[in-house]
Amino acid sequence: MTRFIILIAGFLAYGAAQAVAQELPQGYLAQARQENSQFREFSASRGENFYHAKRTHSNGKPVSCAACHTDNPRSAGRNEKTGKEILPMAPVANKARLADPAKVEKWFKRNCQDVLERACTAQEKGDFLTYLLSIK
Amino acid sequence: MKRTLFVIAMFGAAPVWADGNENLASAVANPHWKTECSACHIAYPPSLLPERSWRKLMSGLVKHFGQDASLDGPTAQEITAFLVNNSADRAPNKRAKKVMGSLGPNEVPLRITETAWFVRKHDEISASVWQRPKVGSPANCAACHAGAERGDYAEHRVRIPH
Ligand code: HEC
Repeated sequence: MTRFIILIAGFLAYGAAQAVAQELPQGYLAQARQENSQFREFSASRGENFYHAKRTHSNGKPVSCAACHTDNPRSAGRNEKTGKEILPMAPVANKARLADPAKVEKWFKRNCQDVLERACTAQEKGDFLTYLLSIK
Repeated sequence: MKRTLFVIAMFGAAPVWADGNENLASAVANPHWKTECSACHIAYPPSLLPERSWRKLMSGLVKHFGQDASLDGPTAQEITAFLVNNSADRAPNKRAKKVMGSLGPNEVPLRITETAWFVRKHDEISASVWQRPKVGSPANCAACHAGAERGDYAEHRVRIPH
């Protein structure tokens, strides 16, 4: 019986995490419209380009999201600075992904600063998440 | 290390270790310290740096060794308090005392690997070993100390990868 309840609780928690992930891009919609009156909707393909885009940091080093998260969001990455493994970014490959909006914002703040040397726009964030969620 | 081996040679294989066999885990771990620090690297034992180092490091998280590791105010405060309460100045273990003893009064190291204690403990490790792909750098404790994540740095469990 206890095992059964744990199983049910597990399914509920799992379902809740998935629902949070699916809803995440919506949370950036109003701000994206505010930042750009031409904005229509988030785009997985723009997000994919953003994920892979390489730029040269002012310290001279090449940087990109993919450098740590790997070219394939279904695979585990490696923190290029510390060497520690990073679990896959795509929710389809890692159920724990994008389950906590505060965590997502914490990492956007850090990683956008490290890679772009500025904050990401709401559109960039929404596109990035839409891309990750589109991966089957 | 050499001294330890010498001591073992003298007393047979008795588990007599230069710094004792103690675990470096703090008596009570803080869950935020664990999750936040170990998102990028292992959560290093607080007892390996003095209070002044942890305070300086925690006040500069926006540029943490070149990366943005910023935290919200309450989380940063909680983790700072934990680090300070378990720092080398305050931790009751022998290693913490040795770390303190190895530092000059005005020294504020930001890396554990900069302390004279760390350098002395690893003086037999050549530069080429640190550069092996499976090691990478002296910051990667777990490469050789498999139990590092749990605070286990026991010398007889060290395995250096090839
Ligand atoms: C220096 C390495 C590194 C780079 C470069 C990097 N990230 Fe990350 N990212 C991490 C780490 C480490 C985590 C947290 C570990 C984890 O969640 O598994 C993370 C987590 C995230 C998360 C949170 C995911 C979640 O499940 O909550 C998002 C969103 C994210 N990164 C976006 C980006 C974007 C966008 C870029 C490029 C602008 C980027 N990252 C570049 C290391 C990096």
